[in-house]
Amino acid sequence: METASVKPVLAIAVSLFGTLLIVAFRKKPNIRELCTFIIAFVKFGIIASMLPAVLAGSRLRCDLVDLLPGVGLAFRVDSLGLLFALVSSSLWIATSLYSVGYMRSLKEHSQTRYYAFFALALSSAVGVAFAGNILTLYLFYEMLSLSTYPLVTHHQDSEARFAGRKYLTYLMGTSIGFFLPAVILTYYFSGTLNFTEQGILTGAASDTMLTVVFILYILGIGKAAIMPIHAWLPSAMVAPTPVSSLLHAVAVVKVGVFSVLRICLHVFGPYMMHDLSLNVFLLYFVSATILLGSLFALKQDNLKARLAYSTISQLSYIVLGGGLAGIIGITGGILHIVMHAFGKITLFFCAGAIMVNTGLKNISEMRGIGRKMPVTMAAFFFGSLSIIGIPPLGGFWSKWYLALGCIQVDQIPILVVLLTSSLLNAAYFLPISYNAFFADQDRYSEVREAPLLTVIPPVFTALVSFLLFIYPGVFLDLAKMTAQALLGG
Amino acid sequence: MKEHAPVLIVVFPIMFAFITPLLGWIRKSLCYPWVILALSLSTICSLITLEEVMTGGVIHYYLGSWLPPWGIEYVVDHLNAMMLVIVSGAALLVAIYSRRSIEAELPGKMVYFYTIFLLQTTGFLGIVVTGDMFNLYVFLEIASLAGYTLIAIGEDGAPLASFRYIIMGTVGACFYLLGVGYLYMVTGSLNMADLATIIPLISDSKVVLTAFAFFMAGIAIKMALFPLHVWLPDAYTRAPSTSSALIAPLMTKISVYVMIRIFFTVFNPSFTVDVLPATDILLWLGTIAIFGGAIMALAQTDFKRMLCYIVVAEVGYMVGGIGVANSIAMQGAVLHLLNDAVMTLGLFIVAGIVTYQMKGHLLSDFNALFRKMPLTMVTFVVVALSVIGVPPTCGFFSKWYLLQGGIMAGAWGFVVALLLSSLINIILFFRIFELGYVFQSDGSHHDHGHGGFIHEAPASMLLPSVVVALGILAIGIYNQVIINNIITYVIPKF
Amino acid sequence: MIELIAGKYNYWIYIILMMIGFYAMIGKRNMVKKVIGMNIFQTSIILFYISIAFKKGATLPIIRETADHVAAAVEVSQYINPLPHVLMLTAIVVMVATLGVAIAILILIYRRYGTLEEDEILKKVKS
Repeated sequence: METASVKPVLAIAVSLFGTLLIVAFRKKPNIRELCTFIIAFVKFGIIASMLPAVLAGSRLRCDLVDLLPGVGLAFRVDSLGLLFALVSSSLWIATSLYSVGYMRSLKEHSQTRYYAFFALALSSAVGVAFAGNILTLYLFYEMLSLSTYPLVTHHQDSEARFAGRKYLTYLMGTSIGFFLPAVILTYYFSGTLNFTEQGILTGAASDTMLTVVFILYILGIGKAAIMPIHAWLPSAMVAPTPVSSLLHAVAVVKVGVFSVLRICLHVFGPYMMHDLSLNVFLLYFVSATILLGSLFALKQDNLKARLAYSTISQLSYIVLGGGLAGIIGITGGILHIVMHAFGKITLFFCAGAIMVNTGLKNISEMRGIGRKMPVTMAAFFFGSLSIIGIPPLGGFWSKWYLALGCIQVDQIPILVVLLTSSLLNAAYFLPISYNAFFADQDRYSEVREAPLLTVIPPVFTALVSFLLFIYPGVFLDLAKMTAQALLGG
Repeated sequence: MKEHAPVLIVVFPIMFAFITPLLGWIRKSLCYPWVILALSLSTICSLITLEEVMTGGVIHYYLGSWLPPWGIEYVVDHLNAMMLVIVSGAALLVAIYSRRSIEAELPGKMVYFYTIFLLQTTGFLGIVVTGDMFNLYVFLEIASLAGYTLIAIGEDGAPLASFRYIIMGTVGACFYLLGVGYLYMVTGSLNMADLATIIPLISDSKVVLTAFAFFMAGIAIKMALFPLHVWLPDAYTRAPSTSSALIAPLMTKISVYVMIRIFFTVFNPSFTVDVLPATDILLWLGTIAIFGGAIMALAQTDFKRMLCYIVVAEVGYMVGGIGVANSIAMQGAVLHLLNDAVMTLGLFIVAGIVTYQMKGHLLSDFNALFRKMPLTMVTFVVVALSVIGVPPTCGFFSKWYLLQGGIMAGAWGFVVALLLSSLINIILFFRIFELGYVFQSDGSHHDHGHGGFIHEAPASMLLPSVVVALGILAIGIYNQVIINNIITYVIPKF
Repeated sequence: MIELIAGKYNYWIYIILMMIGFYAMIGKRNMVKKVIGMNIFQTSIILFYISIAFKKGATLPIIRETADHVAAAVEVSQYINPLPHVLMLTAIVVMVATLGVAIAILILIYRRYGTLEEDEILKKVKS
């Protein structure tokens, strides 16, 4: 059941308007930051207000002008989109708080540009979440690439320039070289680009052509960091930590896997994925990323780099959920969007807090720091538990569902992959926390706890991860709704 | 008065052009508002004509009330009407932008510059509006001669570039004239509509084929179709900023328009596509043009020269789109006529602003411009995104249709060329964005050595730039409106 | 064969002239010679047009009047076609204008480089 509503457009427009406000108040930093917060709260409010309707089973639609024959700038709020939008907008609030602390402590330059493009990036992310057809999704996908470029290259040194080039090469190269042809082919085969539960490509072309299109999509959605299109993510770690945390742990990469899920679930559909064995192909393809990502993470000494490779690995869990193409598996994959977001952002926040406080970036130098920054490292510890998937943190639920989903569709090798990866996760996370608290080091005599504004957000998100374990309610319901709408029952 | 709108479009610039030197003799500063007045009137008439064509269908205007095929008639259908608006609108925007630029680059020559500026616009408008083959030649030569002049007064090396342009351009126009002559020999008519009825009766004749070949060669030179593009980079780079801003967006697109007219209105589509392999040749030439233009653009260190090669590649888009010869690709090619005119206008206006501010137009002149001229650079970003083909700018949509048409016809070379050129455009423009953004490794800043600080562009130059950027977004978002109301009527029946 | 050449000699003449002009434009190094070549090129086309207007045994296209100043009925084949002549008047004007512009540009070039030989100019530009 679909109802017309202007709310999806409002949610996107409000942060576009926010960008203008931020630029207008560039001379008054406190008001400028206040604008960011007000806009973030309003955005979250609008998105949350759509929750009751969607939970009750209806979908909100908004169709704007036709851009191509039969395909317009269209928005559709369903359970999957709403889940992602909720995560993004709530974490924007946390990250804004963190940004204020981080940027001011380091006395970073060009803060107006930073906040302005941040707001723009969030608009794009919510635009992707609420996109009703592939064209709208592609539009906001590209907008996201472009609006995050100034954020990634914020420091404007030669490292940033190089990282920025890599960022654009990977993301825009794949989106124009692979994603765009895939969209055109989809339009050419099926005459429409709308997302529907049954998929739009049934019987539209030969099996080989459909497989080719699928592969083009997978290669084309570079933001999902599926290997081999992953190298941009570690390079993008040169950005300021709040950028890394929101964009690379939540918005940019989540847009990538969200888009992949949309393609798998609402363009191809689970049944077609089965028929063409695309699900098996996808499962094995991303298993490589899952394992290799974790293996690479083990080798990294730079904390943010380790987190980056961990993200690469964890993102493929989400895609894995789509590949499992069974109710439980899909639910697990979608749920992992939420759990990973809150967990990973906690970790990034802590990494930034450590950097702001002590200037340290490498794990080998962080021995014993937990005794001086207990709150920060405690949050780090809980965040890493969530990523590993241990109760009582929320990440347990998503991994549980994924594991059950493997069993449901008889993919036992994949189950083994999941368990192995969890062990690897433990191997590269737990030593950090252990050494932080229990190893011997005397070099931190001057160090006290990190600035307040950089500590509150990670504590908050770690707490949420804990709460999500006790009450995964809303998100679990949305995830289940998506899966059930696709497969029934 | 309204029924005279088609001819008034051309009359206003030419009449005003004759009066300009007189005005200049009285007081120099009067010329600028005079030119704007002339072009505004012209634009208004174009809009009136467009509206009439959209509501009433094709307009036939008989000059001097002599009936065709003996008299010269002006025929305005949807394609012309759209082109008229584009040409007059673009000329108006360039005129608004021009004052500061001419003061800086051509001090003391303002009066004569504006005279020839108006003549050039007359030529362009006349080419577009006429329905007579020889009349087209006359206006073509008016436009070309004015163009040679406007280009020759540029910076160092401009006379040489213009000379080469004269040689090649005259050959092109003469080939066109030969084509007209051959057709006249066997049909006895110079009127386009009349020819369209006669040619199918004699389509076996070798004379008709020869005429076709001459047309193709002549227009290819004027259009700067690879490999006959060699006059373009030097000419447009060395020309004064205003000249290149006027000529670059319009000359090549008008030549493409002439090609469409000749290939599909005078000679009918089945002749062009089936009897001759003309469209196949066009497809190959277009694909090569895209590759050639894109690769050459990468090698440039001068911003304007880079833009010239982008223009060459864009011509390849349109020609290739025509060469694919199905209705979707044709739709894309015609939409690209509109889009490319707007985009090229934007690019050259930005080039002019940079030249005005930084006294040079090398890539390195873009250093730190995001900080110094933020609004100009924002409009530049919008235009660049359109050239790259990012939605919702207009460039994305014409590329989409061209790609879709290419895929439908199996023209894979063309499809790959389009995608590749988008990727190369990303490199080209982000190179400039990087420069504008300032990455310093040693933390020091270098201001461009003329002491004073650079600030935002003057309003008369900024306004057209902003209008273009907004136009690009508007055309992109409302492209379906444009296609359904105008372009669908233009596409020949394949 | 003879028929082909003798019967269509006007076309041959114009083609030869056109090629001479073309050669001059491209092959000659002196810029004035190039301009002259351009002129020959355009003139050949004018000749072509004029030649197609001609009809065997026809006279000038001025209508003879009868005694009471009423124009006689026009027998088309008795008059050569005036239209190409008219068109070529325009083309001649265009040619002259092009010549004027080209020579003006040559003056600019001469002032700047001091020579009108293309190879010398290129040497100066490269250095």
